[in-house]
Amino acid sequence: MRISPVTFGPRTCIRLCLALFVLAGLTACSDSGRDSASEPSSQLLSEPKPESADEFPVLLSDWGVLHVSKQELVPGSRSVAYDLNTPLFTDYAHKFRTLWVPKGKAATFDDEGMIQFPVGTIISKTFFYPREGEHLYFDRDETLDFGSKGLALDKVRLIETRLLVHRPDGWQGLPYVWNEQQTEANLEIAGSAFELALYAGTSANGGARPAEPVHQFTYAVPDFNQCQGCHIEDLSTEKVRPIGLKPRHINKAYAHMHEAENQLAHFVQNGLLAESSQFPLAALPRNAKMDSREVSLNERARSYLDINCGHCHNRAGAGDTSGLFLNIEETDQLRLGVCKPPIAAGQGTGGRFVSIQPGKPDQSILSYRMESLDLGAMMPELGRATAHREGVDLIKAWIEAMPGECNIEEVNLI
Amino acid sequence: MKTNAGSIVAGFFVVGLVGLSGCGEPVDKAASADGSNVAAVADFQKQLRTQLIMAKTGDVIEIPKGRFEITRGLSLKVDGVTIRGAGMAESVLTFKQQTQGAEGLIVTADDIVLEGFAVEDTKGDAIKINECRNLVIREVRVEWTAGPDEGNGAYGLYPVQCENVLIDGAVAIGASDAGIYVGQSRNVVVKNSRAAYNVAGIEIENTIDADVFDNVAENNTGGILVFNLPGLSQRGERTRVFRNRIVSNNTDNFAPEGSIVGGVPVGSGVLINANDHVHIFDNEFEHNDTANVIVSSYFSTADGAEIKNKTFDPYAEAIYIHDNSYVGGGESPDTLELKTLKLAMYGLDGRFPDVIWDGYINPAVADEGKLPATLAICLQDAQSKMLNVDAPNGYNNPNEDMANHRCELAPLKPVELPFG
Repeated sequence: MRISPVTFGPRTCIRLCLALFVLAGLTACSDSGRDSASEPSSQLLSEPKPESADEFPVLLSDWGVLHVSKQELVPGSRSVAYDLNTPLFTDYAHKFRTLWVPKGKAATFDDEGMIQFPVGTIISKTFFYPREGEHLYFDRDETLDFGSKGLALDKVRLIETRLLVHRPDGWQGLPYVWNEQQTEANLEIAGSAFELALYAGTSANGGARPAEPVHQFTYAVPDFNQCQGCHIEDLSTEKVRPIGLKPRHINKAYAHMHEAENQLAHFVQNGLLAESSQFPLAALPRNAKMDSREVSLNERARSYLDINCGHCHNRAGAGDTSGLFLNIEETDQLRLGVCKPPIAAGQGTGGRFVSIQPGKPDQSILSYRMESLDLGAMMPELGRATAHREGVDLIKAWIEAMPGECNIEEVNLI
Repeated sequence: MKTNAGSIVAGFFVVGLVGLSGCGEPVDKAASADGSNVAAVADFQKQLRTQLIMAKTGDVIEIPKGRFEITRGLSLKVDGVTIRGAGMAESVLTFKQQTQGAEGLIVTADDIVLEGFAVEDTKGDAIKINECRNLVIREVRVEWTAGPDEGNGAYGLYPVQCENVLIDGAVAIGASDAGIYVGQSRNVVVKNSRAAYNVAGIEIENTIDADVFDNVAENNTGGILVFNLPGLSQRGERTRVFRNRIVSNNTDNFAPEGSIVGGVPVGSGVLINANDHVHIFDNEFEHNDTANVIVSSYFSTADGAEIKNKTFDPYAEAIYIHDNSYVGGGESPDTLELKTLKLAMYGLDGRFPDVIWDGYINPAVADEGKLPATLAICLQDAQSKMLNVDAPNGYNNPNEDMANHRCELAPLKPVELPFG
């Protein structure tokens, strides 16, 4: 092992040793770890210390933002659960999100009406599937996931929890993978992958257990770098940022956790967010729910593209190389893909000539790449191994309803 | 500092004993980690991934000799890191069983050196570098090992939005789009490299100041492409293509329809599209069946919305072709229009001249059909002619009128990189 004494100082050791420890810990004892259900020690409920950049807990419970109690996964002390109007699709996983802000500090609105979180903030997102016994379901209503205070562990299979921690030098994404006993999740810096099978919900067929899974795929837990890949919305600054915690995404109530109260108001009441006279809560933007019957098709489609594509496909993001921008602020129809030829789509064209051919979803690259499971063609590039039928249907309906047409039927270079 | 698979395994042993004595079987696994058994090889992916994640500026991450299966895309986000193998034939990462990731390796960092290894059979792009400064790729091979196939990944070596790029001694084979593709970049050198059996061998796109020299582009659909596409962060200009061997780029176009290179005619030696200040000299052209050199505008997709986007200049201007050697070429052009034209003008056994041009000129700058001297399309190779196929008028008046084309342009300055 060639490590020079100069670089192998204590601080170096913390990072390096972490890598070694993670390698060791996760190959050797991925099913062990602390059983927080049976031993709710005071340490588990203590407040995390995210300001310390050297603190790299290997166990999720060490952060204190979530804990297992009475067969439920519940937010830790002063963590507040929230959800989004339209979420990112991740292989039909259900998600449980929490926000924790250090005591005495509060998030604030910046000049653009975005929320800036203080150093020390910890955001968690737990990915799970509804289950009955060993069977996981892809289409069961999320109201069945909850117990009295959080996720009912006898009704769900916890897969992974991703943390975004606001360190003094920026946000850091950390992936934790749950053990089979659902008692603890372990840091997996290198990510992970495992086979999953999802069945159709029992309610759909009169309670009979389906014989065959509807989706079988390799579920991928992102590695440390891949976390950043999506959470860097501006590649020129390379700053990692929360994606979902924007007013337009969280401007809603979360019935499962705090009744009918608007989440932003709930954050304010709990001291997590400071109100702004410039951006009063009542006037904040609100993205559509993708399945709402009360808003237009256009709003629902744009909302879906915003949360699923806009973090890369914006004018400063990793997807700006394509000239296709799908964030909610974009208004240029060409940049949104209408009659736009691809730049470097490769196999992603699917034999089609423009991102959006108005009225013709089956001639549009956008819907092709959403449906594809080919790694060289599919969009988003990470985070799914299945196609989101409902999302694809929404975007196809949106394209179908668009007026006009473009006349590109071949590409010839002379 | 240097780390490699061995050092990580050694560290694993130490930590396994010290830190994890109470949790199962780390000692057994550590004891077996001598680099020779199956478990250790299977762990290579995790070790390499962890090294890339935990890298610090100044690190050299070594890829040992051997073939290593990688199933999920790798990424590097730390500035100032070198990834070094034992050679492009010796240290091979194979992605045949890849289940995740649009690339084999994605780099978003500055001051990166990639050298002496190979990436094979990725599902999407092989190595992509997005937004960088100071990139060196030396003696790296990217290959789809079953040869040309529309299922191959799109790009081999793919720096995009980078400044100061050196690609030296690389090999790119089988990409279903471009083997070596430099997009939206600035200050670029591609040299001593070989691109074969790709749709586009080497492609310089929307890039400012590029030198492409001492390369071999053979058996691609098109050998070397210099393009501009609309709607991007910058318009490219100033590319020198010189001292290359550009041979038999006659492989059937296996790019998916709809992609830009899907429009590259089979048998294109050098293809310039909508780019300006492009100098092609001292190259050896042989047997490129459509034409050794093609100069064209973006008008081929004329009804597209992008062409109505007035900010985009679709014309190829200030093109200077001189001192090249030509053997054959132009005997068997692609596309019905070109086939018909060749037959009508040169007969069954004839061939196109060495250069063909679509004939589009910008009326806003031309004076009675003649471009100003500084924007002219110049062919100084005395033995060669250029055919204007007259695409703007439906191929009605194709001609070899060289009156406006026996001209010279001032040479472009060589690209200078801030490193060797």
